[in-house]
Amino acid sequence: MSEDRSADEVTIDLQAELEKSGVLEVLGSLDAELVGLAPVKSRIRQIAALLVVERVRRQLGLAAEPPSLHMSFTGNPGTGKTTVAQRMADILHRLGFVRRGHLVAVTRDDLVGQYIGHTAPKTKEVLKKAMGGVLFIDEAYYLYRPENERDYGQEAIEILLQVMENQREDLVVILAGYADRMARFFNSNPGFRSRIAHHVDFPDYTDGDLMAIADLILTRQNYRLSDGAREALSCYVGLRRTQPHFANARSLRNALDRARLRQATRLFAAASTGISTNDLITLEADDILASRVFGDESARP
Amino acid sequence: MRITQGCFSFLPDLTDDQIKAQVQYCLDNGWAVGLEYTDDPHPRNTYWEMWGPPMFDLRDAVGVMTELKAVRDAHGGSYIRLSGFDNSHGCESVKISFIVNRPAKEPGFRLDRTEGPGRTIGYSIVAYSTQDMPADE
Repeated sequence: MSEDRSADEVTIDLQAELEKSGVLEVLGSLDAELVGLAPVKSRIRQIAALLVVERVRRQLGLAAEPPSLHMSFTGNPGTGKTTVAQRMADILHRLGFVRRGHLVAVTRDDLVGQYIGHTAPKTKEVLKKAMGGVLFIDEAYYLYRPENERDYGQEAIEILLQVMENQREDLVVILAGYADRMARFFNSNPGFRSRIAHHVDFPDYTDGDLMAIADLILTRQNYRLSDGAREALSCYVGLRRTQPHFANARSLRNALDRARLRQATRLFAAASTGISTNDLITLEADDILASRVFGDESARP
Repeated sequence: MRITQGCFSFLPDLTDDQIKAQVQYCLDNGWAVGLEYTDDPHPRNTYWEMWGPPMFDLRDAVGVMTELKAVRDAHGGSYIRLSGFDNSHGCESVKISFIVNRPAKEPGFRLDRTEGPGRTIGYSIVAYSTQDMPADE
């Protein structure tokens, strides 16, 4: 009873608690460095708020057991799942929900073995490495292969589930992958679904977002787009989206890398006339229009 | 006879929490933590069996504690020691090593005397725990 009374009497400044933890910096950098993703950011803020409250409750002796913090990040490739997972590890560390705050990113290959008896040691090795941090399992649905009933993935799943349940204070697991396949994965593995508290959905980037990301990437590398190139790139983004294997920001980054390649070739071709600093930092429309995305002439702006 | 080898051996056995703190210290210093076990505690026995490869890429002591639990389950009746190897240039040797598990009954050593020429006597010690039986029997 005395505990209840003291809890009533203590007034807590949540804002001060939040500032003290340094989580605001992480959230700030999340806003500044990641374009778009508004629903993700608001979800992360909700989770951060929950964690701060949980921590205050724990300090007052109100929370009995560690909260379940396992998450699932769903979305198309290149929407920032790994990046956000990294920030999440940082947030969890600053709030004291994981001890070390490192991120171990794995896929099916790292967890599942090739022979009988190979899987358990492999999975345990990864778990050992991830202890005290965040285990990020990319394309988690590949762990479960219903078409092969002797698939070793099931063994990895069972070990994972056990650790997720029994060592919640040691490890946070984040599963990531395409939304539809994850949904199917959770349906066939109810154990996972019930142990995952937070589902975060990553929307695709809009064309405007992608242009902002392009600017961010190029500024970081000391490049800039000429006006013509900017127009060409926005045209490129629109076209690329309709083609197969579109991976949002990743496709964009690759496109920019190839544009830099073409720029270098172009500069060499023009080397006899001498080049200026401006030439070195500017990507021209031609560098982008040479992409195979603009297959026929008609698609060019 | 209680075997005293390695660090902390004149203290009461470390509790799991104390072991965990030592392991965390090793990992924070970047040392590889290894687990070894043997039935022969002879002080000159350098060939303890390794329990898996040394753990050099962990960040948190919980990973080592899981392995410690596993080796205790498998070889609870043996001596188990935990060591931290510092691979930094100029050191490249074990910086810490201590016993984390001992058999319930420690029979100690027998002293063997061998008569040599001219009334000289050679001495050797043999662990009773290795008498008559090979390991694992």
